[in-house]
Amino acid sequence: MIASMFELYLQVILYGVYIGSLYGLAAVGIALIFGVMDILQIAHGSIVMLGGYLCFWLFQLYRIDPLLSLPLVAAVFFIVGILLFKGIFAPVTKLSLDDKVKNSMLVAFGLILVLDNLTIMAFTGDIRTVSPWYQGTAFGFFGVRLPYVALIGLLLAAFLTISLNLFLKRTYIGKSIRATAQNAESAALSGVSVSRTYALAMAIATALGAIAGVLVLLYSGVDPAIGMDWTLKSLLITILAGTGNIGGVFVCGLFFGILEGLGSIFIGPYKEVIGLTLFLGVLLWKPEGLFSKGT
Amino acid sequence: MSALNINGIDLYYGDLQALWDVSMTVSEAEVVALIGSNGAGKSSLLKAIMGVLRPRKGAIAFNDLQLHTMPTDKIVEAGVCMIPEGRALFPRMSVLENLQMGAFVHRAREKREFTIEWVYEIFPVLRERKDQMAGSLSGGEQQMLAIAKGLMSRPKLILLDEMSSGLSPLLVKQIFQVVPEIQKQGISVLIVEQNIFMALKIADRGYVIENGRIVKENEAAALLKDSSIKEAYLGIA
Repeated sequence: MIASMFELYLQVILYGVYIGSLYGLAAVGIALIFGVMDILQIAHGSIVMLGGYLCFWLFQLYRIDPLLSLPLVAAVFFIVGILLFKGIFAPVTKLSLDDKVKNSMLVAFGLILVLDNLTIMAFTGDIRTVSPWYQGTAFGFFGVRLPYVALIGLLLAAFLTISLNLFLKRTYIGKSIRATAQNAESAALSGVSVSRTYALAMAIATALGAIAGVLVLLYSGVDPAIGMDWTLKSLLITILAGTGNIGGVFVCGLFFGILEGLGSIFIGPYKEVIGLTLFLGVLLWKPEGLFSKGT
Repeated sequence: MSALNINGIDLYYGDLQALWDVSMTVSEAEVVALIGSNGAGKSSLLKAIMGVLRPRKGAIAFNDLQLHTMPTDKIVEAGVCMIPEGRALFPRMSVLENLQMGAFVHRAREKREFTIEWVYEIFPVLRERKDQMAGSLSGGEQQMLAIAKGLMSRPKLILLDEMSSGLSPLLVKQIFQVVPEIQKQGISVLIVEQNIFMALKIADRGYVIENGRIVKENEAAALLKDSSIKEAYLGIA
C-alpha cells in the first residue's frame, strides 16, 4: 500500500513535470515578448493552437511525422511572428509604456477573435489528434510509466528553453535583444535596429509557441478553443516568475504542472484553485515575481 | 573641410517648434561646444543628428552622407555616436557586455578587442569593474562607461550630451580630461553642456543657442571673454 502510494505520487509528479514543461515553453514566448517590448501578446495561446493545427494537417494530408514536421512548423511560425510584428504590433511599440500594455492587449484580443473563429470556420470545432507509431508506447521504471511522447516533449521543451537562454546570454544578436529590452533608446544609439530586434524577438517567441502547439497536439490533441486556456496559464506563469528570466519562467511552468497534478489527487476537479491561490499569494508577498532579476 | 554640416534645419515636436533655421559645422578632429540654457534646444539638435528626431526643413550632412534621411543604426554605422544625458546604459548587463554592445555595428565589431584595450587605458577603473553589473557602478563610473561604450563604436564624430550632469566637480574635471584624449585620435567632438566654463575651456569653437536659434558663433577663447556670455551664463558681471 505504501509502495503504491509512493508510486502514485511519483507518477503524478512525473506527469506534472511533463505538462509543466509544455506550460513553461508556452509561457517563455509570452515572457520574451513582454520582457523585450512591453507587449502583452495574449493571442499567444491561439498561436499554440494554430501550431498544433499545422502539424496535424501535415500529418493528416501528407503523413509527415509530427516530430519531423516540427522544424517546418517552427520555420513557418517564425515568419508568422515577423508578419505579426510588422503588420499588427509595430505601431503599438511606438506608444508610451502605459498605452503599449493596454493597446497591445486590445489588439491581441482582436487577434484572438479572428484566429479562433477562422479556425472554427475552416476546421470545425472538432478535437484533432495524431497517432504516429510511437503514440501510446511508454517505458516504465520504479513502477511508474512515462509515454515516450512525454519524454520527448519534456526534453525538447527544456532543450529549447536552455538554448534560448544561451542565445540571449552568449551571442551578439542575443545580447542586442537583452540590451533593447533594458533600454531601447540606448540600444538604438549603439547601432541596434530596434524594430528589427523586436521583430526577431516576436518571431522567436511565435516559433516557440507553435512548437509548444505541436507538443500539445501529441499530448492531448488540439481544438479551436484551447488558445485562451494556454494564454491564461502562460500569463499566470509569467507573472509568477517575473519577466526577464527565461529559465525562471520555465521552472515556474514545471512547478505549476506538478502543483496541478498533486492538486488533482487532493481536491480533484478544483485543482485550478491551487495555481490561482499560489498566484494570489505571490502577488501579495512578492509582486515582482519569484525569479525576477532582469533580462 | 568640415565633417558635420548642419544646414538650416527646423525641428518640431508635434506643432511645437524647437529649432529655427539652425546651421553649424564641426570639422575633423575639432572640439565644438554647443552652449545654452535648459530647453534652448541643445538636446533636440543632437537627437536630430542621430535620426531620433527628423527636421522638417534643412539638411544634416556628415562627409558625403545625408544623415537626415538615414535610420539611427545606419548613422552609428557611419561613425557618428551620441552619449545621451543620464548615462543610458544597460543596467543588468556587465561592464564588459555594455562595452561589447557599444561595438555592435559591423565596422566596430571586428576591431573590438583592440578598441577595448584603448578604452581601458583611458578609463582603467572599467577594467577592474568589467564583470560587475553596470547598474551597480557609481555615478562617475557609469558616466565613464557611457563614454567608453560610445568610443567602442569607433566613431569619427562623438556627441556628448551633458556629461557633467549629476557629478561632483572633481569627477566633472576628470571626465572632461577625456575630451582632448579623444580629439588626439582624430575624432571630432560636439559637446552640449550647461557647464559652459568647462566646455569652452576644452573646445576649439563654440555656438550659443537661445530659444532654438543659434545666436552666436566664435572661437571658444573669444566666447569665454565675451561679456554678454559672462553675464548670461557664468554669472559674472
